[in-house]
Amino acid sequence: MKAAAFEYSRPETLEEACAILSGAQGARVIAGGQSLVPLMAMRLERPARLVDVARIAELSFIREEADAVIVGAATRQCVIEANRVIAVRVPLLSRAMPHVGPAATRARGTIGGSLANADAAAEIVLVAVTLGAQMTHRRDTRLRESGAAAFFTAPGITTLPERSCLTAVRFPAWPEPGLGAGFHEIGVRADDFPLLAAAAQIALDAQGRARRVAIGVGGLAATPLRLDALAHALIGRHAEPTAIGDIVTEALAAVEPLDDMRASGAYRRRAAATLVTRALGDAAAAAATAGRRGDDAR
Amino acid sequence: MDAPRPRYVASPRRVREDRRFAAGQGRFVADIALPGMRHVALVACPHAAARIVAIDKAAALALPGVRCVIDGHDLAAATQPLPNGLDTPRVRRWPLAVGAARYCGEWVVAVVADTRAIAEDAAELVAVDYDPLAFVLDAEEAIGPRGPIVHPAHGSNVLLDRRFAFGNVDRDFARSTHRTAFRLRWGRSAALPIETFGVVASHDPWRGVLDLWASAQAPRHAEEVARILGLPSLGVRVHNSVDVGGGFGGKRGLKHAVLVGYLARLLGDPVRLVEDRLENMRGGDAHGPERIFDVEVAFDDSGVIAAMKMRAIDNVGAYAGPAALQLGAPIGAIVGPYRIASVLYHAIAVTTNKTPQESMRGAGQAPTNYAIERAIDEVAARLGLDRVGVRQRNLIAAEEFPHTIASGTTYDSGDYHAVIEKVLARANYPRLIAERDQLRAQGLLAGIGIAAVLAPGGGNFAHGPLLNPAMTTTTFMESCRVVIDAAGGVVATIHAGSAGQGHETLVATIVGKVLEIDPDAVQIARPDSIAALPSDGAVGSRMAIMLGGAAAQAARMLRAKLVAIGAHVLDTPPERTAYQSGVVYDAKAPQRRLIWQDLVQIAHRNYFRLPPGFEPGLAASHVMQVPAGGKLPTGDGRVQMDPCFSFEFHLLLLTVDPDLGRPEFRQWFVGHDCGTVINPMIVRGMTLGGIAQGIGAALFEELTHDAQGRPATASLADYVLPSARDVPQIEILRHVTRSPLTAFGQKGAGASGYLGAPAAISGAVNDALRPLGSAVNRLPMKMSALGDLIAVAREKAGAKPGGAA
Amino acid sequence: MRVELTINGAARALDVEPRMTLVDCLRDVLGLTGTHVGCEHGACGACTVLVDGVPARACLMFAVQAEGYAITTIEGLTHTRGALSPLQDAFCATHAMQCGFCTPAMILTAHALLAENPAPTRAQIVAAISGVICRCTGYAQIVEAIALAAERARAPAPGTR
Repeated sequence: MKAAAFEYSRPETLEEACAILSGAQGARVIAGGQSLVPLMAMRLERPARLVDVARIAELSFIREEADAVIVGAATRQCVIEANRVIAVRVPLLSRAMPHVGPAATRARGTIGGSLANADAAAEIVLVAVTLGAQMTHRRDTRLRESGAAAFFTAPGITTLPERSCLTAVRFPAWPEPGLGAGFHEIGVRADDFPLLAAAAQIALDAQGRARRVAIGVGGLAATPLRLDALAHALIGRHAEPTAIGDIVTEALAAVEPLDDMRASGAYRRRAAATLVTRALGDAAAAAATAGRRGDDAR
Repeated sequence: MDAPRPRYVASPRRVREDRRFAAGQGRFVADIALPGMRHVALVACPHAAARIVAIDKAAALALPGVRCVIDGHDLAAATQPLPNGLDTPRVRRWPLAVGAARYCGEWVVAVVADTRAIAEDAAELVAVDYDPLAFVLDAEEAIGPRGPIVHPAHGSNVLLDRRFAFGNVDRDFARSTHRTAFRLRWGRSAALPIETFGVVASHDPWRGVLDLWASAQAPRHAEEVARILGLPSLGVRVHNSVDVGGGFGGKRGLKHAVLVGYLARLLGDPVRLVEDRLENMRGGDAHGPERIFDVEVAFDDSGVIAAMKMRAIDNVGAYAGPAALQLGAPIGAIVGPYRIASVLYHAIAVTTNKTPQESMRGAGQAPTNYAIERAIDEVAARLGLDRVGVRQRNLIAAEEFPHTIASGTTYDSGDYHAVIEKVLARANYPRLIAERDQLRAQGLLAGIGIAAVLAPGGGNFAHGPLLNPAMTTTTFMESCRVVIDAAGGVVATIHAGSAGQGHETLVATIVGKVLEIDPDAVQIARPDSIAALPSDGAVGSRMAIMLGGAAAQAARMLRAKLVAIGAHVLDTPPERTAYQSGVVYDAKAPQRRLIWQDLVQIAHRNYFRLPPGFEPGLAASHVMQVPAGGKLPTGDGRVQMDPCFSFEFHLLLLTVDPDLGRPEFRQWFVGHDCGTVINPMIVRGMTLGGIAQGIGAALFEELTHDAQGRPATASLADYVLPSARDVPQIEILRHVTRSPLTAFGQKGAGASGYLGAPAAISGAVNDALRPLGSAVNRLPMKMSALGDLIAVAREKAGAKPGGAA
Repeated sequence: MRVELTINGAARALDVEPRMTLVDCLRDVLGLTGTHVGCEHGACGACTVLVDGVPARACLMFAVQAEGYAITTIEGLTHTRGALSPLQDAFCATHAMQCGFCTPAMILTAHALLAENPAPTRAQIVAAISGVICRCTGYAQIVEAIALAAERARAPAPGTR
């Protein structure tokens, strides 16, 4: 299992990286390499050139804006995991991070690498879809944006244009105080790639009812699904697991689930409902706690 | 001379091998780098079955750095076929496929290049023209009327079909008031050590020796390789000093060694093949058993089982080396720890288009134990009796040992009741049941798992002659030589490779005990295979018994020599001559004595002081034959399979998430009796490691194939191994029933834990499902399948009141 | 391709193919064979080394990418020949290994854990090592070794147990 031969460049700047990408046939961006290198080792990917962006400073940042948190594409997953701004303003991303592989791959893996490689089971992809993140990418000198909903088309496939470099991900930061998130997944083994994952972020009103909700489920279909109708149906309700189980099951009834050797479609649908319910319950509980903390601070 | 004698055996002494491993200074096969060494990559068949129409090597050969490219015809012209385990002479197999490939992953072409990366580049350039053939993956389909024949020359997919009738089964069934029959499946998993198999070969034409460094635990590796390559038997030298990165029975790699040995001779350069993980999983030929059991038991109202019928169909894969004999090994413990009077055992080995098997931990006993324990649970369920009680009613009692079971094997010793009582008391069985019921009341599915199983140890290879009449080997040896050098240093030898079992510590401890010297002062040497005494290797949970036994005997012989020298020099009668901690003295006048250095000096330097005709120097060797072994099976298949029988009793509580089907262990107690424990830390570690493997086999490890017959679990991303999160805290309670057959009363522990855990987990899951009226009769019990089973059962239960039917 | 690596505190200038992984470079070029290869696709963790003090899989990093980081291998933990670090000694005290193949990765992972968290709970230890697969031990004696090393570091006591 040795990768096919390739050329290697480690440009200092984004501009230089983009210039190399647009000038070379078959060049690919590498950052942490945690998704790409296994594929290269099995020769399922064989780029002619790797453009290493891991150390380009302008790709590694976490920036807070009024209505968003923007994360540089080469920001390492362990950095995101430990970041306070993300914990408060994009709690779902924070909550999902401990589930992303073992710590040893989070130490090197980047957010952009996870998104660009779009593994069907990747937690970060699910969070991006659930929250409606915007991907910024650059080809030559041109910057473009893609919404997460349209970005992931199939396992391992994105609409990232050829010769482009993903530069940043913009996660909407909800204005409501007291956000909460929940993330549940199951795999064959406790810390394996998940078979199914559910992500939820909630803002509650003063009465503890859902005011804004985002829900997503991964592993049920070929790409993560954002469950907008369900989110809408929950507005104005209490999201305790006992209260919402039926609505969740109903919402998932319409989904045509994957059915393969790992799990039947029926299993996926049922288990997804359970995970979504639990994620919502956790999110609501976390939001209530965050809300109380916020009140105390005032 | 009455100082307390230090206790070495059964004390938690440090394991001497650990120092080098903790420092990263083990010497594994991949660490061996010889000057000018070349590297092998393999072209594997991408089809489940295919005729090889043509092979074009030109592009690969043209790549700079490529040394040679060979195919099956090249190799077959120069070598004997690989040995079959079963008596199937028309099933022919070489390391590289000849004419046709019979499973996806079978090696077709080998490429040798200056680096492994170049070899892989070149392997991609080899153009093989395949004509895909019909294939079969399922064992029952393979023996059905329409199954394509894997080996047309053999004429059938049945490689073995043998019935063994032990006792009067028909009579016992007729006399019993109850019977129950069921079918079980043991899915195909594998030992999968973290180190793949590797071998380095280097040919020295001037000395006429082919040197092999291999991560092999195979018995008689050098002999076999030499025979297949057509070399003189001592023309191959295996270096036993290589540290093996995990074995569990399957690190054999005969085909690898033959291929690499051939290439090293062909090229005149050292050649290395270290499987990558893909090669290891698809073409390493080291999968574990895959079995279908049809079991029927006859029993009375109290749950006492009189007789059992068991049919085991093993899907052995495309070829069958010695691994296929694993169908025979469990005959030596076919009734487990129970007093079942008669057994009909029907063993069927079926060839299919899957990766071949290699022997695996317990040699088929783990699946058999699973079947026996499910039978006990079934009996209890049918009668509404407590499962522990039914077991206790059937157990062989302590006073019945040695106990000969229906299949002709005599169990050496045991006190199964005592072990079980110990566990029940520690776990507080009634409270455990109450806890389960409380969890159930909370809406969880909770179950208690119980397994009382045997772990045979000592390994005498009796399953060879039993299943293959062409085999007559009943000698199964292990050796040790102990030498005291002219300066008084002690060295003991090991003549096989080790894969983490702590053999150096074992030998040093035992030599230290016998000679009453500090084990840490005992040097260990591992002669290569040419210099070695006979060894059948670290298989069959035999090294504590056999290597330990050989070391003890050699050390005792040496001690006797020291005493003889002392008696002569001190001029005391032998019965008055005593030995303690290296000092020989007159028991009546302890001040008359010779200390260690005196004795060594006399033996090595002062021939005039030795007894007349005494062999000078201080060296003793012992070649040990496995106790109780040596006889061929009788015509009806009765045989002594192993000498020693360890016992383990598992009692565990788990829950299954009713919505997700995810099992979670709550409590786990194990009672373990493997006789005298030489090193408690080693035995505990092996047992816990065996349990971890058992968890994998019971819950998620399975090598599966897609509809095209290609591996669906081709890498460790798809085939997951248990991590630290998957193994709960487990309490092991020790009990010691000495074996009368061994040096210190020790028995085998190499497969401990693994032999009982799958059965116990299955019992727990089925107990958890029982309130739903469901059962799961296959391993692994995958979470998703459990989830589906629970959902169906709940739906039925929910539908009942409506009376939809 | 020319690359300068910092391995166990020493600068090493090497010429490697870009496709050579860090683990192959450590083993085949630098002769540091304490780092082991188990799967080459990031699943088993046997090749774990420390990159700037943090565990990472050396099969998922090309050597050319490793430039500028402080790489620590198992060989970097023993400063005196023949003397084990306290953590390594704890692994020997509980017999936290059998075949020794995953052991360097386990020890490096534990080393990083204890550097960050001198008093880890059992759950924290389990979580930390869950990325390294051991096929021999069932992990219990590894967890015990790490807890023992932590305990000894807090209250250094002579002797073993």
